[in-house]
Amino acid sequence: MIAIENLSVTFGAGQRQIRAVRGASFAIPRGEIFGLVGESGAGKSTVLRALAGLVRAEGRIEIAGKAMTARRGRTDLRRIQMVFQDPYGSLNPMHMVDRILAEPLAIHRLDDVDRRIGQALAEVGLGREHRFRFPHQLSGGQRQRIAIARALIAGPEILLLDEPTSALDLSIQAEILNLLRRLWRAHGLTMLLVSHDLAVIAHMCQRIAVMNRAEIVEILPVERLRRGEADHPYSRALLAASYETGETANPGRRRAALEQDRVSFNQAPG
Amino acid sequence: MTETPILAVEDLVVRYRGQHRETIALNGISFVLGRERLGIVGESGSGKTTVGRALLRLLPPRTEVTARRLDFAGQDLRALDEAAMRNIRGRRISMVLQDPKFSLNPVMTVGRQIAESYRVHHKASRKEARERALAMLEELSIREPGKVFDLYPHEVSGGMGQRVMIAMMLVPEPALLIADEPTSALDVTVQAQLLTLIDALIRRRGMALLLISHNINLVASFCDRVMVMYAGRVMETCRAADLAEARHPYTRGLLACRPVVDETREELATLARDPRWLEAAEP
Repeated sequence: MIAIENLSVTFGAGQRQIRAVRGASFAIPRGEIFGLVGESGAGKSTVLRALAGLVRAEGRIEIAGKAMTARRGRTDLRRIQMVFQDPYGSLNPMHMVDRILAEPLAIHRLDDVDRRIGQALAEVGLGREHRFRFPHQLSGGQRQRIAIARALIAGPEILLLDEPTSALDLSIQAEILNLLRRLWRAHGLTMLLVSHDLAVIAHMCQRIAVMNRAEIVEILPVERLRRGEADHPYSRALLAASYETGETANPGRRRAALEQDRVSFNQAPG
Repeated sequence: MTETPILAVEDLVVRYRGQHRETIALNGISFVLGRERLGIVGESGSGKTTVGRALLRLLPPRTEVTARRLDFAGQDLRALDEAAMRNIRGRRISMVLQDPKFSLNPVMTVGRQIAESYRVHHKASRKEARERALAMLEELSIREPGKVFDLYPHEVSGGMGQRVMIAMMLVPEPALLIADEPTSALDVTVQAQLLTLIDALIRRRGMALLLISHNINLVASFCDRVMVMYAGRVMETCRAADLAEARHPYTRGLLACRPVVDETREELATLARDPRWLEAAEP
């Protein structure tokens, strides 16, 4: 469904040039949830933005078997939609939910607006009463539901998710992740999820690409991640850190790992 | 817990007075803190940050703070005037905030900021303060303290900036450190390093730590006890090691709704909030 080959993105020119993504390649079959994990500045979001056509990239991008060029047609744009991290920043504060959801329909010249908006709201677990509200009248979780409804309303095949839950409380994160999985199953979507949280990625994805300093260092299936079997030293370090900060199930294992750390810290000179 | 508690709080109530309505941010919080590490966990709006700010009297004007008891090292914090309070803040109780980008002075080298923090609270020459600051940086595992001393905040990374903040807060040798989401703005690999570092320093100096965070698992790994807050009340306090056997449905819900790396689940548990939690809070 999605294939990128030797994708590179550079910002700026000359001495101040920054290579945000260097030679990234992967292929995502239809119906897979693929994860992109890494720390801030690794280039995860830039890969997503290149796929959505928001930044200029070198290399090959293929979506639904079709090579993408700098200018994309309406059918190509409709196929791929994006959900951003901060729902407050990504929804126009001056527009009511009704208008936010009507806009993609107008752009893609879809009719039956009333029914589609009602259905989109119902699908993300909101009711009619939310249709005529402004973003500031909604909670963070509800706002992210609106952002998801907006992404889905024109019937895309691919959903790009850029840290969709990292601005939310844990209990709300659980609701949104459950919702995304339900929608994925119901619509047979292909999803690309970017997150810094390994636990979120492991919960949602079938395969995971680990990014570090603009490069994909490793692509591994989730089962191997769960067993802690990453090959690349950077992936291992990332995994170890998330054990320590408590992203694992077993507190005993976490504590043991931590005690070991303390010992080595105390033995360090100084 | 030791003989004399460092902190004893009983029935702490904080009300924010707006023009039209009053918001109760804390609704009767009580806890005792010894030379230990206590974690305060809760979701946004639970009042966890207000606890730290109320202790240091850092709340905005028109906020009403009442408590039956608010003792720090045997001293009644309620009775202190502003001058005496200034002696407590920074000197005896200090606070590390979430994002070093906003809490460091951008036009002063990080080293001078640490040295200043020492000189505000101790009679010392510039030279002595500088030495203290350098020693502190070294204690925080900064490799070339002399070099880092002369850097401006924008020249250091997020993790380094937060170490500088911690150095500033610990150099006056306080008895209690309040860390409010100290690592939430940082990458995971840096988070673990920094928390291990804070932990080692706290232990070495025999200080008390109040770690405020939204991440219940993180708090459980780094603290002795965990206090779970919801809507301005304490739902439950338990030993971190016993968190898996927590009784309160809110605590259990918080633990269950988080995805974990080494477990497969089709659906994540969601939290059903029960209005009765607000009545049946822990005494």
